[in-house]
Amino acid sequence: MSDQIKATGKASPEQITYANMLFYGSWSGLALMAVTYLLYVFGIITPHIPLEKVPLLWSQPVHTYLELGQVPTGWGWAVLLGKGDFLNFLGIVLLAAMTIVCYIPLIPAFLKRKEFTFAVLALAEILVLMFAASGIVGGGGH
Amino acid sequence: MTMNRKHVLAGSACIVLMGVLLFAAVAWASNAGTDAVAHVGSEMVKAGAVLGAETGVAWWVWPLVLLFFCFVLGIIAVLAGVGGGVLYVPLVSGFFPFHLDFVRGAGLMVALAGALAAGPGLLKRNFASLRLALPVALIASSCAILGAFLGMALPTRIVQLFLGITIMGIAILILCSKNSARPVVTKQDALGLALGMNGSYVEPSTGELVEWKTHRTLPGLLMFIIIGIMAGMFGLGAGWANVPVLNLMMGAPLKVAVGTSKFLLSITDTSAAWVYLNKGCVIPLMAIPSIIGLMLGSFVGVRLLAKAKPTFIRYMVIGVLLFAGGKALLKGLGV
Repeated sequence: MSDQIKATGKASPEQITYANMLFYGSWSGLALMAVTYLLYVFGIITPHIPLEKVPLLWSQPVHTYLELGQVPTGWGWAVLLGKGDFLNFLGIVLLAAMTIVCYIPLIPAFLKRKEFTFAVLALAEILVLMFAASGIVGGGGH
Repeated sequence: MTMNRKHVLAGSACIVLMGVLLFAAVAWASNAGTDAVAHVGSEMVKAGAVLGAETGVAWWVWPLVLLFFCFVLGIIAVLAGVGGGVLYVPLVSGFFPFHLDFVRGAGLMVALAGALAAGPGLLKRNFASLRLALPVALIASSCAILGAFLGMALPTRIVQLFLGITIMGIAILILCSKNSARPVVTKQDALGLALGMNGSYVEPSTGELVEWKTHRTLPGLLMFIIIGIMAGMFGLGAGWANVPVLNLMMGAPLKVAVGTSKFLLSITDTSAAWVYLNKGCVIPLMAIPSIIGLMLGSFVGVRLLAKAKPTFIRYMVIGVLLFAGGKALLKGLGV
């Protein structure tokens, strides 16, 4: 941390950028989630699994839910976005993607200050999160 | 003024993007997945035969009860100074009809949403430090992926058993832990120095500039391997473990430890949440009322904080955790 920033007790510019991006992204995700949920539960958009059938499935292990509900794993939900239940994934995914998005500007910011270790850490974190998000190893349940 | 304009522009852009995204998604997907949907009807008839008749409770009852329950949980969590996830998973898996797979998925989303919403304020006030979080987050989030896979691979009964033990351990940890507002760090260790794990913040109550640095950085970082695995495995969030390690072990001031811990959850839980999401463990009908309920509860909890008696609530939460942990333990033992 530069001594100039440390002497003021204020957050560094890249930290402020991260905070601003996180603020708008997370609240947009939560708002989107609330809107799509209302569209779903009020039956405005027909769900993939009928609402009255979900309680039969949520007490079962995930593999039963996937099998009987014909629910895709990985990014397979994307083809069902026209259905009320899967439309909710837009808000959920926006929340889950915010950290990846917020990390991107950190790399040039650290490189500019010649803080290569932190630039590499930020890049590695993006790769780890993208690996988790990719669903490469996410198919099926126990 | 320029910053405000920038904020308004960014906010408007987000809302427009959200609308366009929603519209485009509905339009694109309206033609997709039709065959699958037609197939689901017949599969659900089979499901009825396999799983038995209707539950006897209208479908909207549980989400509504969950919304109210999580609202109360959100208030209690703030007053007791614990994260929502740590209360949500044992209580909802113990007293609601949802399978542990979905409770863990929703628990991670609950912890993630809370951390994402709290993150910006903490980062701006410098109570959460990006420099402290970056190395720690990389270890914890990588291990959370591993934990999530472990949790999905192990039989439910074993996970219940470990969950019970963990929850009871957390209750004891909360009971015994003594935080230090400003730990004395006489000399920063080499790793902490190399990673630049230091900073400062202005104490709002006094206006004083508080400078801090870490020590025992390597053992502290190693602890996040275990914390990450547990966060991913049980969907608990991990504030209960982050704070003592950052504060007592690594020597970060309590405010920085609490702020950075909350911010860390937004990164650690993201990686595990993706695994649960990709495995189909997030059911929106139960996950979204949980998230909304807990967040609304947290806002009310913050307002009540000035009037409430936190000591009583703290002991109440410890009691509830011991009870819920015991219940999970018994479930795991098949009792």
